Amino acid sequence: MTLDKLTKNRTATITHIRQNSIAPKLVEMGLYPGKRVTLLFKAPMGDPIALDIDGYTLSLRKEEASFVEVD
Amino acid sequence: MKVALVGNPNSGKTSVFNQLTGLNQKVGNYPGITVDKKIGRLNGDKNISVLDLPGSYSIYPKSADEEVVTRVLTDRNNPNYPDLVVVIADISNLERNLLLFSQIHDLGLPTILALNMIDVAKRRSLEIDIDKLSELFRTQIVRLNARKGIGIKELKEKIRSFEFNGSLEPILEGEFDRNELLTIPPKTVQREFAEKRNRRVSQMVRFALRQHGEDIFSRNHRRVDKIMTHPVSGYLIFLGILFLMFQAIYAWAEWPMDLIDNVFLGLSRGVKQTLPAGVFTNLIAEGLIPGVGGVVIFIPQIALLFTFIFLMEETGYMARVVFIMDRLMRPFGLNGRSVVPLISGVACAIPAIMATRTIDNWKERMITIMVTPLMSCSARLPVYTLLIALIIPDMTVGVFNLKGLVLLGLYLAGLVAALLVAMIFKFMVKAKHKSFLIMELPLYKMPRWENLLVTVLEKVKVFVWEAGKVIVAISIILWVLASYGPVDRIDEAVNRIPKPVNELDISGYENKVAAARLSNSYIGIIGNAIEPVLRPLGYNWQIGIALITSFAAREVFVGSMATIYSVGENFQEGESLLKRMQNERNPNTGELVYNLASGVSLMIFYAFAMQCMSTLAIVLRETKSWKWPFIQMIYMTTLAYVAALITFQILK
Ligand SMILES: Nc1nc2c(ncn2[C@@H]2O[C@H](COP(=O)(O)OP(=O)(O)OP(=O)(O)O)[C@@H](O)[C@H]2O)c(=O)[nH]1
Ligand SMILES: [Mg+2]
Repeated sequence: MTLDKLTKNRTATITHIRQNSIAPKLVEMGLYPGKRVTLLFKAPMGDPIALDIDGYTLSLRKEEASFVEVD
Repeated sequence: MKVALVGNPNSGKTSVFNQLTGLNQKVGNYPGITVDKKIGRLNGDKNISVLDLPGSYSIYPKSADEEVVTRVLTDRNNPNYPDLVVVIADISNLERNLLLFSQIHDLGLPTILALNMIDVAKRRSLEIDIDKLSELFRTQIVRLNARKGIGIKELKEKIRSFEFNGSLEPILEGEFDRNELLTIPPKTVQREFAEKRNRRVSQMVRFALRQHGEDIFSRNHRRVDKIMTHPVSGYLIFLGILFLMFQAIYAWAEWPMDLIDNVFLGLSRGVKQTLPAGVFTNLIAEGLIPGVGGVVIFIPQIALLFTFIFLMEETGYMARVVFIMDRLMRPFGLNGRSVVPLISGVACAIPAIMATRTIDNWKERMITIMVTPLMSCSARLPVYTLLIALIIPDMTVGVFNLKGLVLLGLYLAGLVAALLVAMIFKFMVKAKHKSFLIMELPLYKMPRWENLLVTVLEKVKVFVWEAGKVIVAISIILWVLASYGPVDRIDEAVNRIPKPVNELDISGYENKVAAARLSNSYIGIIGNAIEPVLRPLGYNWQIGIALITSFAAREVFVGSMATIYSVGENFQEGESLLKRMQNERNPNTGELVYNLASGVSLMIFYAFAMQCMSTLAIVLRETKSWKWPFIQMIYMTTLAYVAALITFQILK
């Protein structure tokens, strides 16, 4: 599954970041294999989404989230 | 010694900078408040310079503000290349903050690690073993609360007594060669190292960081977030805030404005009574004082505007606006982040255009820069207010005041134009990279009121001073040009007027002579020359002159009007500029010059026209090309002319 499919209040572990031009940015913001993330809330119309990573809130668009594979 | 403050956006670098240097740089709870470098001197030690930098997540820059940091840290020949880097890390978010720290450490730069926001960490029940962390990351550590100034003394001491003992073992091997200039590696390599680094840092942090019990603090903040970003309440709150902002500048600012108005009227009257009557007294009493007054009177409104923007940034709300607006901005070729420049553009386009540096995508940034000046800035308020008072009757429509509605309409016209023009640019500008939005939503914070006061005072001071200088200069030039002209031409025109035959005609004759003198002065000649171009918009040559003088700065309009109407005309004692303009008639047709059609047309012109040299200069600096400011000036002027033309032709 990819991160954009995660439903609200669910937690998942990142397994892989697909190769993409923004992949380094995602990793630098704390999304990398092994990290556990929780979907906190979504913007109106479901996009962008907000995640919890170690207690900080990261927002990103669904498109960016679709490069992140989770379990 | 040169010290640089580096760290993630919103980690408190500028707060530390202000504490260390005693300066007052802008602080705000939004990632990306600082977008340029700023140098100060350490308090009590003139030999140590301190450099504040924009926030950055990585040594490999992803946006224009991050590039500033990389340039300073990786180029030994850069004049700002530091002898010591103080990395400011948000302690309540350690892992991500230490990624950047580890890169800087591994580049071979001498570092001190400052863990900021100890108060937040405490409220989130985080406990940190400083000795352990210091040992693991091979650096000196200070704990700070930059808001309150706790730990600043210790940091100062550490900076003063800092000694670098050679290059330390890197935290992660293999990424940087300390003997060579950093070259930005391909994305795949960047990402590979970032992953390794994250794992390494995460392992190390685990030894030093402990969470006691549940993090109720963050949970409460997220409850608030659910309301702020809810499809219904989220937009309602946002609209409510915008409405309040508008209401404030329209209604609440009224009584202090009346007060200032009366003070300046009194001043004019005082000058007229004390100085000998004559053209020079007229210049001061009827030109300069109302001109400067025309700016000073807007202090309450400008202060309120900046207060609102400050509060939105400082509470952390602005980041939520970006979050809920992103999806809506995309069809226009803009980004959620464009909302910040567009909102601050209502106060002033210059800081707004600077703020676009946080927009990662080049195309979206260019489009935002191009359309931001269409938002009605505070310099347009004087023009709008004068014209609304002149032509819009005092009546109510439903529960709303018609004058207020017209003002609201002008702001909306600016916004709609900005969005539509953005859409056009979307098809014309070629994209270099894909657009994305990856942004931290900071915790909410209570604003610091003394900070608000300092920021707003600073903004007001700059506005009044900058506008005041231009207005005084232009008023004097205008006055000279309006008082003198080619002698033969003036004499000829005056001789052509039939001499009065009886006592009753004398005052009429004097008025005609004054009018003839003015319209044959240098300014009259220029004005008459451009009048044909402006007649289709409903303007006379006096308005034309005001337009020309507004080219450099639009807030000059009121001052120019005051100066032009102070020369020549035989106005009644104490008659205000407003009255004089209201009674102005077209000498040929006898129609009022400022009627509904020409007045609205003029407001529309000011709403869309690019009349601000400083904005063009900033656009040039930010885009590094003459092309953009040039296109901007051409399209805005054309838009203003055509829109004003259509308005006048429909309404007349
Ligand atoms: N609670 C708390 N808030 C702090 C502390 N230090 C700074 N802040 C607040 O954190 C926010 C960000 O501070 P800034 O100094 O603007 O941060 P910055 O690192 O310069 O941010 P950018 O310029 O956007 O990169 C502001 O609201 C500050 O008032 C601290 O120690 N404790
Ligand atoms: Mg800053």
